[in-house]
Amino acid sequence: MTTVDPAHLVGAGAAVGAILRYATNGYLDGITGDRRFPYGTFTVNVVGSFVLAVVTVSGAGTDVVHLVGTGACGSYTTFSSFSVDTVRIWENGDRLLAAWYAAVNFLGALLGIGLAFGITTL
Amino acid sequence: MARTTASRLLRLETVFLVAVGGFAGANLRYALSVAIPGLGGTFAANVLGCLALGFLVYEAELVGLLAEETGLVAATGFLSSLTTYSTFAIEAVQSPTLVGAGYVVASYACGFAAVLAGRRVARALEGTVR
Repeated sequence: MTTVDPAHLVGAGAAVGAILRYATNGYLDGITGDRRFPYGTFTVNVVGSFVLAVVTVSGAGTDVVHLVGTGACGSYTTFSSFSVDTVRIWENGDRLLAAWYAAVNFLGALLGIGLAFGITTL
Repeated sequence: MARTTASRLLRLETVFLVAVGGFAGANLRYALSVAIPGLGGTFAANVLGCLALGFLVYEAELVGLLAEETGLVAATGFLSSLTTYSTFAIEAVQSPTLVGAGYVVASYACGFAAVLAGRRVARALEGTVR
């Protein structure tokens, strides 16, 4: 059986993950009225962390980890948009919301990872 | 009818640009994780991505030289895929408690500082353009 270069698996998964992130942001921008809290980035970070934890804990093969984990989940979630969002909220004067946003991204990701651990060890 | 076709083509262009950028950005993150063992690979990818996105976002706001399509390839595609929150969170959880906590604090602090550094570069550029 021919093996696929890990970089191709990561890249292919990432292309899909990036499109899904763009779509998620577009969808949530449309339905959330309160634009001060970046619901899109928060959602992709929590959901992506959950899925990555499922992939990690379920003992998937290396190819699946590259395609779905490193590629799709890695790209679906984003640290750069999260950081820029936090800085922008802070400089707009809403420092409490900025701190809350920074904290709740991590808490949400932790919750997602915990849920994944719970499901896969059932 | 022509209008619908045109908007579909533009949407296809957007999806294509985001996908191409995402492919390349994740590959750089993967290369960094192979080159730098442990937590350093993701950390480097995240901080570098924050620096570059900080520049791009404030460049778009203050200067506006770069095209909107560049933002789709570089920011939404490349940089958002270069950086990752899911791997960061999993790594923090899987590390020993103190190491994990230090990793989160360092990533947040350096990420925010990198955004501010990117903003500084964009402001300097604004000064030379005007």
